[in-house]
Amino acid sequence: MLSRLYGGPRPAGGGFETFSWYYFRISGILLVFLVIGHITLTHVTTDVACTTYSFVAARYANPFWRLYDWLLLTLGLTHGVNGLRVVIDDYVRHPQARLALQGLAAVLLLVFFMLGTITLITFSPVNAAQWGPACVGGH
Amino acid sequence: MYKGPSGMWSWLLHRVSGLGLLLFLFIHVVDISLLSFGPNVYNEGIELFDNIIVRFLSLALIVAVFYHSFNGIRIVLVDFWRRGVKLQQPMFIAALVLTIIAFIPFAYFVLRPALPFLAQGAYWFVDVNAIMSTH
Repeated sequence: MLSRLYGGPRPAGGGFETFSWYYFRISGILLVFLVIGHITLTHVTTDVACTTYSFVAARYANPFWRLYDWLLLTLGLTHGVNGLRVVIDDYVRHPQARLALQGLAAVLLLVFFMLGTITLITFSPVNAAQWGPACVGGH
Repeated sequence: MYKGPSGMWSWLLHRVSGLGLLLFLFIHVVDISLLSFGPNVYNEGIELFDNIIVRFLSLALIVAVFYHSFNGIRIVLVDFWRRGVKLQQPMFIAALVLTIIAFIPFAYFVLRPALPFLAQGAYWFVDVNAIMSTH
């Protein structure tokens, strides 16, 4: 069960498990670059105390950053919840409990994907005079 | 394919770091959704991340990101690179070393605003600001 995800032979047959095997690897490689870029932007080039409303409003004026963050959201959630699915498969033997938890994982994926997507699409900054400080906490 | 202790540890760390990253992603989607409630609410959420304890939690997150990234690349190399299977153990060591190397500058930048002595570099044992202001 474990080996089909982690280092074992690629699942044959062309079904969902084959797709999943490739999806982990392709989304994972993309996420390496997207996530390291993201944490560099929000913890190194800008301190986290300065990732305020005004920082986001200025960044999201450019649709590129909304697309960047939406890719992070989509790839991160699908890669991560697919991982959660494998973990549930590994540890939950009871068929009904397994089905219930996998249903919960699917609901989590849908709810957080929708919440994140709606936030990214509908964000429309207030008047720039009301953006508040560039940094919080006296930085 | 993954025999011996390094295979077990790399697998366990990959799983634990992955679950931790997913948990943070859920939290992060919620804190970003505070944008919809305007600058005051959103900035109050950001103030939480400035807290020194939360800064240390961010360091745990950054370690998880780097380990999961480098070990993920190792998995892809084992699967697709001709010599990957043979070199899986050295590549595990390499993933650990790269995680530490990448982590150090990040830890410096994350902690510097909260721990002023870090900003004084090699002169952490004297109060540089106080000396400069007297001259």
